[in-house]
Amino acid sequence: MMADKKYKKVAYYPGCALESSGHAYNASTKAVGKELGLELVELDNWNCCGAMEVKNIDPKIQTYLSARNLSIAEDMGFDTVMAPCNGCYHNLKKAEYDLSHDDKSVEVNARLSGKAGHNTYEPGKVETIHALDWLKEAVGEEEIARRVKNSLKGMKIANYYGCMYTRPRHIFPEKDKGPGTESTAKPHFMDDILAAAGAENVEFPLKTACCGGAHALSDSDTSTKLVLNILTTAEACGAEVIATECPTCHTGLEMHQIRAEKVLGRKTNVKILYFTQLLGMALGLSANKVAVQENFSDSRKFLKEKGLG
Amino acid sequence: MPIHEKSLIRPEKLVEHEHLVIEGMDVSGHWSTFIEGRSLTDYNEAMQDEIAALPGGENIHRCWQCGSCTNACTVNAINPEFNPRYWIYLIRLGMEEELLRDKDIIWQCVSCNKCTYACPRDVVPEAVMKATAHWLELKGHTPKSPSMIFDEGFSDQVFHSGKIEDSLVLRNFFKATGQPLTQPWLVAMVTGLIKRFPVFYLIRLGLLTLFHPKTKRWGKARAAIHEYVEECETANRKALGLDAKGAE
Repeated sequence: MMADKKYKKVAYYPGCALESSGHAYNASTKAVGKELGLELVELDNWNCCGAMEVKNIDPKIQTYLSARNLSIAEDMGFDTVMAPCNGCYHNLKKAEYDLSHDDKSVEVNARLSGKAGHNTYEPGKVETIHALDWLKEAVGEEEIARRVKNSLKGMKIANYYGCMYTRPRHIFPEKDKGPGTESTAKPHFMDDILAAAGAENVEFPLKTACCGGAHALSDSDTSTKLVLNILTTAEACGAEVIATECPTCHTGLEMHQIRAEKVLGRKTNVKILYFTQLLGMALGLSANKVAVQENFSDSRKFLKEKGLG
Repeated sequence: MPIHEKSLIRPEKLVEHEHLVIEGMDVSGHWSTFIEGRSLTDYNEAMQDEIAALPGGENIHRCWQCGSCTNACTVNAINPEFNPRYWIYLIRLGMEEELLRDKDIIWQCVSCNKCTYACPRDVVPEAVMKATAHWLELKGHTPKSPSMIFDEGFSDQVFHSGKIEDSLVLRNFFKATGQPLTQPWLVAMVTGLIKRFPVFYLIRLGLLTLFHPKTKRWGKARAAIHEYVEECETANRKALGLDAKGAE
């Protein structure tokens, strides 16, 4: 029965990217949640988690920034916070780990929280989950398959998870626990969800390869090479679409797909869509509703041909 | 070519004979490459401790040189000169001069954490790379890398407002590094979007330029973070035997 499912109502931490370049991910995540009867309550007055940059100034500031968000979830009475962005998800998980294992992190967090005048977060109070955990757990494949209105049947998808969803392993203690749990070496939650929506997932060896997101602008030639490798490999595996679950990966793939064409003269045709956009359309939502028009890459013609949107 | 990681050997120390006969045995071809011996006297004995004192460098002493990091490395796959195992080796031995030969690429670590995933000794090579890049900059061996310029600009925005707005991060970074915003790929990216949905896009772009996102009641957190950042900077410089910033 539905009633015993977890995560029906969770705190929602969109993060900075989902308010600007990754707005399509925000819109499609909310639309899918609404369609499936799940409640998302946005964290009140949240702040940036520190992304991939603040740790290079000092890692403990990143721990503090993430812990402040966890303390807000706790204040709001939630024991679960859902973050669709890999960076946010990773950093909240890392804060949880560091505050459980490193005294110096605990001390700095207590000091900064005290001076900033809010509750000091203590580990164990709030669980951080990804949008993939959320949909897999709160709804599940069977329910998704039952509710599909426009099956993704015949759509060949390469599922791309990037770096921060699985690495480093020690901050994800719930992964690699055998059948049913997520794998850090070969993640499959997105594959499972999209397969339930009718998609044909291709065997894709670069699921957890790096798109160079941290240096998307500061070392763009390296990023373009890494992205081009991901795009051409997906095409070689027979994929028409790369499904993403991180705004940094998504924007990185789109940005460097265009850059590879303009700078290296290497054109690739594989479409790049958030998994929530694909799932939303399978559930009967329009392409506009899941904000396909907001992506930097243009998939509208392709989706029409597939009878979606 | 029988010498593994030949690129790590100084070219002038490599001796290759086209024809070589040793004790009547013809060893031309495959077995005729030799490395001339050398003795080193110039070690920087403080280097490992200094890098270990910077955030992320703490576990460098645990490395037992298995090479899993380099084998897993994303950047190594596109540039064989990018070799975390080798750099950790040089740092641990104090071979500063050798390390400095690669000083301009160490910052290129993309933080994918494949090394950290593979490392059997919890060295956290990703963090060691960041600490090493930081050390090179603080010691004045390299100018501030594009990566550090980006990280600082990004972090300043977070510390100041509690949130970032990514088009502002992009514009500030391009300005700080003297790159024009009119690069063909960037123009293509934005015009493609505008063509599709001009009104919505222009309104949102306009709003974001006028009202940068920020966390409310952030003042105390901002002050606390700034104070802590200053404390970290002082501690880092002290660990490297440098004067306090701006003291000279």
